[in-house]
Amino acid sequence: MVTPGSDGRFGDFGGRFVPETLVPACQELEAAFQDAWADPMFRSDLSDLLREYAGRPSIITECHNLSEQLGIRLILKREDLNHTGSHKINNVLGQTLLAKRMGKKRIVAETGAGQHGVASATAAALLGLECKVYMGAVDVARQELNVFRMRLLGSDVEAVTSGSQTLKDAVNEAMRDWVATVESTHYCLGSVMGPHPYPYMVRQFHRVIGDEAFEQTNELLGTSPDVVVACVGGGSNAMGIFSGFVDTPARLIGVEPAGGAAVTRGQPGVVHGMKSYLMQDEYGQVAEAHSISAGLDYPGVGPEHSYLASIGRAEYPTVNDDEVVAAFQLMSRSEGIIPALECAHALAWIVREAPSMKGKTVLMNLSGRGDKDVGQMMSILGGLQ
Amino acid sequence: MIGRLETVLSARIASGGKCLVPYITGGYPGWVDAIRACAAQGADAVEIGLPFSDPVMDGPVIQAASQIALEGGTDYIKILHEVRTLDVGIPLAVMCYYNTVFHAGHERFASDLAAAGISAAIVPDLPLEESGDWCAAAVAAGIETVMLAAPTAPDDRLPRVVERARGFVYSVGLLGVTGERTSLALTATTLAARVKKVTNKPVLVGVGVSNAEQAVEASRVADGVIMGASVVRRLMEGGADAVGAYVHEVREALDSAQW
Repeated sequence: MVTPGSDGRFGDFGGRFVPETLVPACQELEAAFQDAWADPMFRSDLSDLLREYAGRPSIITECHNLSEQLGIRLILKREDLNHTGSHKINNVLGQTLLAKRMGKKRIVAETGAGQHGVASATAAALLGLECKVYMGAVDVARQELNVFRMRLLGSDVEAVTSGSQTLKDAVNEAMRDWVATVESTHYCLGSVMGPHPYPYMVRQFHRVIGDEAFEQTNELLGTSPDVVVACVGGGSNAMGIFSGFVDTPARLIGVEPAGGAAVTRGQPGVVHGMKSYLMQDEYGQVAEAHSISAGLDYPGVGPEHSYLASIGRAEYPTVNDDEVVAAFQLMSRSEGIIPALECAHALAWIVREAPSMKGKTVLMNLSGRGDKDVGQMMSILGGLQ
Repeated sequence: MIGRLETVLSARIASGGKCLVPYITGGYPGWVDAIRACAAQGADAVEIGLPFSDPVMDGPVIQAASQIALEGGTDYIKILHEVRTLDVGIPLAVMCYYNTVFHAGHERFASDLAAAGISAAIVPDLPLEESGDWCAAAVAAGIETVMLAAPTAPDDRLPRVVERARGFVYSVGLLGVTGERTSLALTATTLAARVKKVTNKPVLVGVGVSNAEQAVEASRVADGVIMGASVVRRLMEGGADAVGAYVHEVREALDSAQW
């Protein structure tokens, strides 16, 4: 794994492209993270929280029914079973502990599907921090249960009505808030993106997924899996699980939605503090992503993914919304597990590619549960007589 | 290298005056006439915003103007094409987010600016550490890069920022994004004083300077002001004539104040 230097680079990607006002805050955060990460007390406080509050380690589940149908051996890493229902809690507990250690009283966060927002609101409630979550107005409408959850947890949720009114605009608004409040506020960024040290720090907080899965799959299989698959929006759950396998021979697959395919359809660009693959027009205007899944509705991708793509270590195929809807139902009916729409992208790719992977062991990161998506799916699928 | 922008601003300062640099969103309906009005009413230079899809340093007014300009089909090539024909007699700068520069390529963007007769560039999401390559390309093309000094900058950072700055040093008036405020933040004059201590280049306060009175207040410490949201709001509400009347009012206030 790459450990970026003070320039925050993963190969040509990453960096710190923020207004001067935020540079000292990023530098302070970088130093505080390095200090905390090297401090056994901090690490022990964090693992206590992960174990006793989030419910780690998460289990792995072998999908016998789907494996038989697809002719592969499919294993799920069950991040859906964490407290708050997704992997997001790993990063949020790390960042909020760090924010407290830095003496910050308030956090701001952006959210797409609402999973990072809910996790942030949860950790803020637990640790006694004030929390404000920015969420695109389109996402507020399609994820109203999560909006209510955040408010129930005591957080302030603001609907963002600028631009495409989705995740990228929520990030813009959170950054604007941070520019104005940087002295008292920590920006609890929800993915492996943004200015240095976020992509590196968020990966380190999520690598527990890959480290556990490495041990668990080796115990089950006697070796590492042949293929490791995860969905990619900003890419935090994928970076988390890839971390455990980047030094093994496993194929690493990050599945992007066809309407938000930064690696496939993007070019290098700079937005939200980082240089990375970015969907944009001929003048560098950032394109609006379109995905059935609010959590993947993002035109960029974390810089370490761009790096892994550029050196050929990981592949970033795409799936379309129809394949995702089919995969969502397939996992529900075959395994009794309702996946988040985001993770249904990973399964959709596995289903499509299974004929070329006969007999292979495939580890998929089931990064979140689908409860939040059933309302949206009900309107897409109708009553399912 | 001392470029045209710094030369013009320094002359104003040497004559005992204060600099006034209004901001106009390029591509917004009436923007060309608005720049002419600024020049006619005594602006020392004009900052032309190149609209971007994700303007993180801008508040609601400039965001809205940028979005309307983009929806009207503008792009930076079209804006520069019109700038080429603008013969207003004062230096022009562009304010643009870095992806516009990066996507075009540093050398190409710098030469496009130079070919359009633009003197300077302000790139608010390109901090000191990331600015080296662009600044080298800009210098080679004769473009001055205005650097921003932020209220959060520690004392050891300011000298490095002003050292790289060309044209003038943009002293950020407050913690926050562009937009009108009821009063001038205390940080505006505090920071301007800190910056003045470490440079002889022109120091202008921008972000949150919202009316003639605040322009005078900021200029008690600084060499002048950049005015954005309050100008763009007038453009949106009353067109180029309203911009001209406002610039005239601020110019008079700056010229009649006792320094």
